[in-house]
Amino acid sequence: MEFLLNRYRNLSVLLVAILAQLALLAYQVKSNQEVRLIRVWAVGAVTPLARVIEAGRSGASHLFRDYFVLLGVREDNQRLKTELNRVEMENQYYRAELATAENARALSIFQASSQSKTVAAHVVANTTDTGANPVIDRGSSSGVQKGLAVITPEGIVGKIISVFPNASYVLLITDPTFAAGVVSQKHHVHGTLKGQGHSTVTVEYVQNEESVDPGEWFLASGDDGIFPRGTPVGQATIVRPGRNYKEIYVTPSGLQNGLEDVLIVIDGVHGIIPDAAPQDQPVHLLAPPAAEDSGADAPAQSGARQTDLDRAAQHNRAIGESQGHKYGDKSTPAPNFNLALPSLASPSQAGPIAPEDAPRPEGPIPHP
Amino acid sequence: MNDTPVGFHDSRKNRVSKFNWISILAIPLAAILFQVYVPQFFTYLSYLEVPLLVTVYFSLARRSPVAGVFFGAGIGLAQDSLSHHPLGMFGIVKTLVGYFAGSVSQRFEVENSWVRLVLAFFFFFFHQFFYWVLTRALLGELVGFDPLQTIVVALLNAAVAVPLYHVLDKLRVTE
Repeated sequence: MEFLLNRYRNLSVLLVAILAQLALLAYQVKSNQEVRLIRVWAVGAVTPLARVIEAGRSGASHLFRDYFVLLGVREDNQRLKTELNRVEMENQYYRAELATAENARALSIFQASSQSKTVAAHVVANTTDTGANPVIDRGSSSGVQKGLAVITPEGIVGKIISVFPNASYVLLITDPTFAAGVVSQKHHVHGTLKGQGHSTVTVEYVQNEESVDPGEWFLASGDDGIFPRGTPVGQATIVRPGRNYKEIYVTPSGLQNGLEDVLIVIDGVHGIIPDAAPQDQPVHLLAPPAAEDSGADAPAQSGARQTDLDRAAQHNRAIGESQGHKYGDKSTPAPNFNLALPSLASPSQAGPIAPEDAPRPEGPIPHP
Repeated sequence: MNDTPVGFHDSRKNRVSKFNWISILAIPLAAILFQVYVPQFFTYLSYLEVPLLVTVYFSLARRSPVAGVFFGAGIGLAQDSLSHHPLGMFGIVKTLVGYFAGSVSQRFEVENSWVRLVLAFFFFFFHQFFYWVLTRALLGELVGFDPLQTIVVALLNAAVAVPLYHVLDKLRVTE
């Protein structure tokens, strides 16, 4: 045995190292758990370094620019750029939603989705995977959770796959393991977006019979429960019939301008998709009804809402006052409520009725 | 940190090449940091697999398969800890790369730039292919593998490896 170990020492060491790592791998895959402590240590060790390097680079860059460029202009520009990004995002969202909002349901989804709460994050590094997925400087301490959507004003970027106290991993839309539900803007064709490991992504499971135009926009359908419906995804560059399904290649719009700052959708719907429609439908407060065109029949509106009974009481009070009756004073004759108000009586009708000429009422006296 | 040189015996030329501990720890760390940080600003540099190049270099320099195994496993697991895949994927692949590089170094003159170019090319292709195999076989992920693109990227990495190894040679302590 010892002879064999000495003779095949190199191979033995190799086998032990491979088997140990295979066992580690099998444990993680089988139990669906990761060796979190090691990752936390690794990320905890790298993130501060990356922050220091980024701070140094950013500081040097800003110092250089601020020295040669007007100081105030740069700050204003930064603020306006941030504001523009926010407005552009809102604008895109509104445009996309209004294009599909043909009924109240779409409108209610739009209203509900517009309440999304986001957290801004900065990309500080990349993971070591082949796809170089970004590492952002927001983690569980900022309320970030696994599975949240990551977007930019231009479109979706990816989703959170690992969360650490002060950093998170983002799975890019271009990663081969990425998938999301999408819908085309024009023909409302549903499909599944999948990454390909390079700059373009594909939309799969679209029947050949369905129509999608080249250049047509794809938006998040919200079916996956991660990305808010209507968030832009990208434009179809190639559309052709395939063997079973259409072959649709999409250029993701969220990655076109590079990745420096992203938004994490904290309040986006994610996780389990409810079977029933959302119950928190928005409540519409209807405008007050228009005033009836009743002329003098409708007394001056004080602004308060009136019932029919209120209006009848006011009408009768006006008739009584026009006939000289004082309500609460039994000495004055009872008014005749069958007569019209003098202001409404036409010239052909009998003139104003003097109180003394007024006939006695026959019915019960209505009390205003 | 102990600065005692670690022996890197060059039996072929009967000389002892050494690296101190700082270099052995700092170079792989710098390689991993490079991969973590630099592609963020220079996207086209994401094709560089610097940790692999460093693994190959140390394994070749050490001229020992066992040392190659340890270098490969260490650098691979460190790389794994910063990826979203389970720990061990890069570790296994780089362990094999280290072992084979250490074995090759016992039979070839690995100081030659052309040999280094070929070895870096070969090991990069092997690394990418075997990683793809592991991803499909162990994780069940249906990712694609483009041989032509991998060859092109392997050539780029090999082209970077030659000057990189030349620089790393300067860090060796030769007695």
